[in-house]
Amino acid sequence: MDLIAALAIQGLQMALVLALAPLLLGFTRKVKARLLRRRGPSIFQPYRDLLRLIRKEVVLAENASWLFRSGPYMIFAATWVAAALVPTFATGLHFSWTADLIAITALIGTARFFLALLGMDVGTSFGGIGASREMMFATLAEPAMIMITFTVALVAGSTQLSAIAQFMLTSSSLRVSLGLALAALIIVALAENARIPVDNPATHLELTMVHEAMLLEYSGRHLAVLEFAAALKLLLYISLIGCIFLPWGLAQPGDGVALYAVGLVTYVGKLALGGFLLVLIETSIAKMRVFRVPDFLGIALMLGLLGTLLRFVSRSF
Amino acid sequence: MPLTVALWSVAVLLSIAFLAMMGSRLRAASVTVYAACLATSLVNLISAALYLLNDSAALSARLPIGLPWIGANFRIDALAALFLVVINLGSAAASLFALGYGRHETAPARVLPFYSAFLAGMNLVILAGDAFVFLVSWEFMSLASWALVMAHHHDEDNRRAGYIYIMMASFGTLALLLAFGLLAGPTGNYLFSSITGAQQPEWLHGLVLILVLLGAGSKAGLVPLHVWLPLAHPAAPSHVSALMSGVMTKVAVYAFVRIVFDLMGSPAWWWSMIVLAIGALTSVLGVLSAMLQRDLKRLLAYSTIENIGVVFLGLGLALAFEAAGMTAAAALAFTAALLHAFNHSLFKSLLFFGAGAILTATSERDIEKLGGLIQPMPQTAFLFLGGCLAISALPPLNGFVSEWLLFQSVLTSPELPQWSLKLMVPAVGAMLALSAALAAACFVRAFSIAFLGRPRSTAARTAAETDIYSRTAMGMLLAFCLLVGILPGPVIDVMAPVVEQLVGRAMPIQGHDAWFSIVPVAESRSSYNGLLVFVFIFLSTLLAIQIIHRFASRSLRRGPAWDCGFPDPRPITQYTADSFAQPVRRVFSAVFDARERVDMPAPGDARPARLEVSWRDYVWETMYAPISLAVQLAAEKLNRLQFLTIRKYLSLVFAALVILLLVISIWT
Repeated sequence: MDLIAALAIQGLQMALVLALAPLLLGFTRKVKARLLRRRGPSIFQPYRDLLRLIRKEVVLAENASWLFRSGPYMIFAATWVAAALVPTFATGLHFSWTADLIAITALIGTARFFLALLGMDVGTSFGGIGASREMMFATLAEPAMIMITFTVALVAGSTQLSAIAQFMLTSSSLRVSLGLALAALIIVALAENARIPVDNPATHLELTMVHEAMLLEYSGRHLAVLEFAAALKLLLYISLIGCIFLPWGLAQPGDGVALYAVGLVTYVGKLALGGFLLVLIETSIAKMRVFRVPDFLGIALMLGLLGTLLRFVSRSF
Repeated sequence: MPLTVALWSVAVLLSIAFLAMMGSRLRAASVTVYAACLATSLVNLISAALYLLNDSAALSARLPIGLPWIGANFRIDALAALFLVVINLGSAAASLFALGYGRHETAPARVLPFYSAFLAGMNLVILAGDAFVFLVSWEFMSLASWALVMAHHHDEDNRRAGYIYIMMASFGTLALLLAFGLLAGPTGNYLFSSITGAQQPEWLHGLVLILVLLGAGSKAGLVPLHVWLPLAHPAAPSHVSALMSGVMTKVAVYAFVRIVFDLMGSPAWWWSMIVLAIGALTSVLGVLSAMLQRDLKRLLAYSTIENIGVVFLGLGLALAFEAAGMTAAAALAFTAALLHAFNHSLFKSLLFFGAGAILTATSERDIEKLGGLIQPMPQTAFLFLGGCLAISALPPLNGFVSEWLLFQSVLTSPELPQWSLKLMVPAVGAMLALSAALAAACFVRAFSIAFLGRPRSTAARTAAETDIYSRTAMGMLLAFCLLVGILPGPVIDVMAPVVEQLVGRAMPIQGHDAWFSIVPVAESRSSYNGLLVFVFIFLSTLLAIQIIHRFASRSLRRGPAWDCGFPDPRPITQYTADSFAQPVRRVFSAVFDARERVDMPAPGDARPARLEVSWRDYVWETMYAPISLAVQLAAEKLNRLQFLTIRKYLSLVFAALVILLLVISIWT
């Protein structure tokens, strides 16, 4: 009975991230439009976009390979698994010990690896520009993410997200190293999700685009799958920040249905807050030149390294 | 029994080498030699694996060959058995690959005898039970591989590679000779078993460590002793490149582990500082250099340097923990290093085989002239892609498991007592993460330029899928990569006796754990389950495909590429390997002093605009160029000594004798 309940909660989490990801995207677009004094599309628009793309015919470049057609599903699966392993509304899910934060980072890395390959598949220069820049960002964002993991893991004594969330719930003291990790994580999240100031999610046909450039040759259902994966990744990062730094409201294993419901509601609240803050950042700063981004990500790396170093030096930071 | 099997297989390999020398002109020579090497390697592999799985109690034997009265001592223990497994798995795969690849060899007489002699040499180094056998086998291995590097000596570059290789190899052997001399002490005891127990001062052990780093490190490719590696490894035929990169570097790792962990016993804490610094430097410099290469095989050779750096980084951590008495952490770091060495032998051989397949299909090593190979060679492309994923440390393949274990062991190091190590280890962890991320960028570049896009040359357009033997060899290695990636627990358990032998304690047994997850320290602390990650990815991919194909439109149309409405059909307009590397090159330009210069002709001038990219190899410029200059100058000055009269020679000899006697009398 316990096992069935545990599996049901795990399944619920997998379905939940899937259901909420487009909504989060729609919400951020709506808020952004309101902040720019536009009315903006409905927050359900991303669902409609996905449905429309799914119904459309796929137009494939003549020399597109088998990788071009199967890659989107791989990316989607890796991102989905990663997103489902981050505690959203409850900790200690049945399979939460499958992968820790390092493995989740690496799963996102797998998705990015395939995405960059897909950008190169047809052999257009836009794909190449996107892929090469994405990998350049990743060479700094990934070590920064590992350093953030180190900092958090050294504070909480674990790299498992469930254990980290438990620790954060019970520990009350504020720590310098965690502040550094939060700042670094926000920078990494902005870069990984191709948001301003690193990349502009609303841009098309510009030489500065990175993420969109890799998807340029995609259409129809393949594009829908890739857009969905991007939405999942945004949800993943906001869930991650919420789970580590705002762990309140997370249901624990063995809690009653009511507490799980509380967990769900607070989770949706956290997503909304995260989305709102993201849009606030995006509307208040301008996009950077591409070769300023390494400096920006270098800050994240240094903050993460500093946080780790502080923890190595003393346990009280 | 395993020792007997191993020694007999060495004897068989040597006789194959001899027979191949006699009959290399025969048409069937190539197939026969490779088939015989394959069978011998398999027998040796199975016997070593069984020994490792069962009891792994040390066995030794003395053969009445070699130096009179001393004989030749051979020994096998858990550590040796593990490396025998690595070597023979690699050589079995290489021999299988060569069954197909070797048919295209233009000079089989220059490859076949040395190939099996090379295999014999590597096995002998592992089996050596005394310093004499070790050094002789080491030199034999070096010379056999040197002969293979020189197989295609008509090429000027290969001759230069061979020259630099033999210089560095001799230097390495010299360093090891001195190291063993110091270890043996004035009593001259060269038996490994008696070195282990000997009490020696700490400074002497420190000196030996430096010498071993020079000797084994030059063979493994540690920075700054790596310069020969990216020249020599690619120069050999591809299956030999795979052996040199995937396997021979592991023999060097074995030499380091054997001497530092086994023969010298308890380490001092500052040893780990040196090893960690060199390991971190090697891993980042190796992968950054790999990122800039156009020659596929040279790129793979530089990536070998990176992985060797990662292995040494793990060994350095193990030394630090062992010196601090943290045996559990030392076991974790040591296991991670050994596992990474094993993993690297798998995926690096796979990638070199892929490069060999491309070479056969297109006669091209320059990736700028390839492109679009995924169409004519879909299976090779799939296998090569698997190798790229594994080497980029991406789950659920094996490269990730060893890197994950290394990260976990970095996380256990705040308890280290020394402040300098406390400050150093986080930086080393950052370097490790940086090299993993750069490796991903490097292999996206390698795969996408060679296999994706449109063909950049006629050779790439007319390529054909490689033969069945080569694909089987690659498929076998990829299967191992996946297997180790999803079931790391049993592999770690197999390594437990080795770890226990060398650092005094093994990692907790992983086999009992549900679903084969690995738990390095405690479940509350960290765990990783490759099997479930793989199953989840597999199932969600299937689910996504099912749902999409159930509800989505199935229609599909082929058309010209979109490319923002301005597609240019000429393949030259694609992103090239150099342009793909440009962002990384620019970000890390300080490391290489990379510069780009645009030469834009004035309006009306008809010459084409040019973009010149240049970078410098600081290691070569600051270390090797001055040394070679000094040697050349000295050689010119000393050249006069060759043309003296007999009288002058005799007086020189007399003077030397007198001076030496004086020195001895003053010394004592």
